[in-house]
Amino acid sequence: MDIYLPIAEMSVNALVIILLGGGVGFMSGMFGVGGGFLTTPLLIFYGIPPAVAVASSATQITGSSVSGALAYWRRGQVDVKMGVVLTLGGVLGAGLGQVIFRKLQAIGQIDIAINLIYVVFLGITGGLMLKEALPALLAKRRGIPQVRSRRHVPWIAALPWRMRFYRSGLYISALAPLALGGAVGVLTAIMGIGGGFIMVPAMLYLLGMTASAVVGTSLFQIIFVTGAATMLHATSSKSVDIVLALLLLVGGVAGAQAGVRAAQKLKPETLRLALALIVLAVAVRLFFGLTITPVDLFSLYGPA
Amino acid sequence: MMRRLLLLMLLPVAAAQAAEPSLITDLSQERIDINTTFKGADLLVFGAVQYPSGVVPDKAPDIAIVLRGPPQPITVRRKERVAGVWLNTDAVRFESVPGFYAVATTRPIAELADDRTTAIYEIGISNLQLSPASSASEKVTRAFEAGLIMARRRSGLFAEAPGGVQVTGNVLYRARIAIPSAVPVGDYGAEIHLVRDGRVIASTSVPIRIEKSGFERWIYVMAQEHSLIYGMVAVLAALMAGWIARLATRRA
Repeated sequence: MDIYLPIAEMSVNALVIILLGGGVGFMSGMFGVGGGFLTTPLLIFYGIPPAVAVASSATQITGSSVSGALAYWRRGQVDVKMGVVLTLGGVLGAGLGQVIFRKLQAIGQIDIAINLIYVVFLGITGGLMLKEALPALLAKRRGIPQVRSRRHVPWIAALPWRMRFYRSGLYISALAPLALGGAVGVLTAIMGIGGGFIMVPAMLYLLGMTASAVVGTSLFQIIFVTGAATMLHATSSKSVDIVLALLLLVGGVAGAQAGVRAAQKLKPETLRLALALIVLAVAVRLFFGLTITPVDLFSLYGPA
Repeated sequence: MMRRLLLLMLLPVAAAQAAEPSLITDLSQERIDINTTFKGADLLVFGAVQYPSGVVPDKAPDIAIVLRGPPQPITVRRKERVAGVWLNTDAVRFESVPGFYAVATTRPIAELADDRTTAIYEIGISNLQLSPASSASEKVTRAFEAGLIMARRRSGLFAEAPGGVQVTGNVLYRARIAIPSAVPVGDYGAEIHLVRDGRVIASTSVPIRIEKSGFERWIYVMAQEHSLIYGMVAVLAALMAGWIARLATRRA
């Protein structure tokens, strides 16, 4: 079933795109991450122009975050105040990211920059997750109870403009979530990710948020930041392919349901280990893509 | 009276000497619409050679058919290993690269005519004048040009088909040209050249338009010209899809 994508300007197999969305959706349902870090590289492997892959992936994440966020909202697990501060930072960051994106596009380094940033971030996050997940799993095997201590960083909490975030159980400087949101926003615009896999650990370990509010709040702000990134890409680089985004969503929605069901049968420690390994695998694959001698040394760039 | 008779007798002879054969050409379609199911197209270029006074020679005519897309500037970048990672380093800009170029001929281009003739008519991929704009040396520019041609050939946007033109009864000719799905939109032209003894003796051209149509066109125009509304629609559509998914889950 071939379908022509109007913005990517190429014919793709709709079934492949839906399955790709489904696979990523399955993972996102299973691990509670957006999966943008998988969608963008997979689309690029498939041959979608990187700019279109990034922009359309951001659009898809907007949609896929909504159903998750609504579920957490109903359970009262969204800290709206925290979410708004994060979103504010995120939108500013996305704006900055968009400027960087355009600059990289102009000097013809966008493909390589996207890959490099992916390798660095996925490598670091995957490594940290593995470091976290392995001892936890081993401890569980040996029957040692896990004591999770609050590990928020004191100097971050002590910055000026302190605010109370009741749902998160925090009284910290608003600058901290603003900066965190901003940093992830830059990545959203450049990489086409929601950034949940960076946001969630940062909220837990840097801000020290109550665990129950973390995922809901993260999803809440992802909706707005990816929405803003979509708008920015649509108006400046004009690379949002609505057909591609909707195809990904169709698969993603179905996949997410299956993923949630599968996750309930597995131990959280096992899940975290699996996620860490997947993240690392993508990083390694991209790293090889950057270092092995390319088939074609020359690449073409049309009028942008 | 005598003079008129003489004139009448001389006329066909004069016409035969002055008039070279001419070409009549048509296309299977004058425009190619890119719609949702577009997977590429096959364009049939066909026609006849019209010989003066209707005398068909014994020898089959040599014909070259070129289909050419709108020219665009292309920057070619070369990757080099920097600290173990392949980065784009040098670049050469080519000012006029046809978005699509396919040539079909009755015989291999080298046998068709000499280099000068094929260069003048831009018959053959190696004869394209891509107008490199760089201060790099001739050798470096050549390497980039070869890289550009390689990439374009691989994507099917540059193609050469020696023997791709079939001639029937030394009069009728036809060639099928494959157009890939990644073809750029715009005004195209099919040029047909009749070659005899290494010389182009007749040429004709037919315009063709490749355009997005229907839904694809609508989306594209919206994205280009009303990008703010397009962006908002994209976000809203994504939100709706997510919300519908949520409703479906709660039912289940």
